[in-house]
Amino acid sequence: MSITSPVPAGRHRDKVRSSVEEALEPLFDGARIMVGGFGLCGNAEALIEGVVRRGVRDLTLISNNAGNLGKGLNAWLEAGIIRRFIGSYIGTNEALHRAMAAGTLEVEIVPQGTFVERMRAAGAGIPAFFTPTGVGTVVAEGKETREFDGRTFVMERALSADFALIRARRADAFGNARFWRTARNFSPIMASAAHTTIVECDELVALGTFDPDDVHLPGLFVHRVLEVKDHEDPFEYKTTRQRVG
Amino acid sequence: MAWTKEQMAARAALEIAPGSIVNLGIGLPTLVADYLPADLGVWFHSENGLLGMGPFPLEGEEDSQLINAGKQTVTVVPGGSTFDSALSFGMIRGGHVDLAILGAMQVGENGDLANWAIPGGKVMGIGGAMDLASGARRILVMTQHVTNKGEPKLVASCHYPLTAPRCVHRVISELAVIDVTEGGFSLVELAPGVSLDEVRSKTGAAVRA
Repeated sequence: MSITSPVPAGRHRDKVRSSVEEALEPLFDGARIMVGGFGLCGNAEALIEGVVRRGVRDLTLISNNAGNLGKGLNAWLEAGIIRRFIGSYIGTNEALHRAMAAGTLEVEIVPQGTFVERMRAAGAGIPAFFTPTGVGTVVAEGKETREFDGRTFVMERALSADFALIRARRADAFGNARFWRTARNFSPIMASAAHTTIVECDELVALGTFDPDDVHLPGLFVHRVLEVKDHEDPFEYKTTRQRVG
Repeated sequence: MAWTKEQMAARAALEIAPGSIVNLGIGLPTLVADYLPADLGVWFHSENGLLGMGPFPLEGEEDSQLINAGKQTVTVVPGGSTFDSALSFGMIRGGHVDLAILGAMQVGENGDLANWAIPGGKVMGIGGAMDLASGARRILVMTQHVTNKGEPKLVASCHYPLTAPRCVHRVISELAVIDVTEGGFSLVELAPGVSLDEVRSKTGAAVRA
């Protein structure tokens, strides 16, 4: 048993891919693609770049921010390959503001907790759910509301995708993965909500390396694994405190 | 003399009960952490998946994968934990966060909060604002009393898009501490040297003393 093919048979064997191109081979025009990361934190950098080179277009991007500061998913906006963006925050994302002003991009802004819960629901086999978030605001317009125990809730639908592009700190050949600090964010949830989940890990480890209690993302949610040792991991806002004494 | 931003933060820090789980919004509320005694046992929650957020790191110790909701580098205190966004927003929505301190564009006298969009302005997105405003057990707003153009931010009825209806409990501005009550805005405390008349003249609804 090698590090790359420890699962002898069945649909969970041979997940490890040796290049970005190979990992992204199943992508197609018009695909709905979830990309993990909170801003630039926890981005699958090599896969994001690889999608631009791959030449697919008319994509629906499902990601919290769509990059920032010219980095990360800003590359997809600049390449003009996104038709629709579903996320929660735009802020100072100038590439996104430009695409919106150009009228080439359809944008759906979702409260962040609803955004992730819609994906969690999709991954957990729940078609819709009721949440208090957004009641009495534009978010609830045109949606079904219902009272439970005297409080009003709005119905939100599950959100799934064709692909999820996920960055993990370490993964094994079954796809079990662990994340680092706040780089986990949406990634394990997206992995559960996508038809095909592609994981880019800093380090591929042998099966059995993880203590079962320490796995953040169980391998059944993962379909392709790629090891990429070098990442930029850019700082969005580097803030420090003064050393005292 | 109206309070400075730092004095507002120090005043807001007095609102935090020992042992609270607290989420600080982006901007002015972030300053509050600097005014809390270390032995108060407060745990800061950051909605991107961190409980037990510590101060900014020392230079050279920054980790780009350890950030707050404003994407600034932070640290984690002993006993802190990291988790995914679904669990993090479950904490908020499920009422496990005791207090959220948020900024505001407008606060209505009925407690409505508007803090994510200005009509006709650049769309900035919603982020975690709606979840925090409707999910945290108590909402404290920290804001300048009037806009840069001098228009009241505390109003009879918000005309900016709402973040959540009837959610604000208390407002701290540079002029005063004001509660939202069944009967509208109610003065709790004036900043030193500020008169009730000044507060009333800069508020777009009645302020009970």
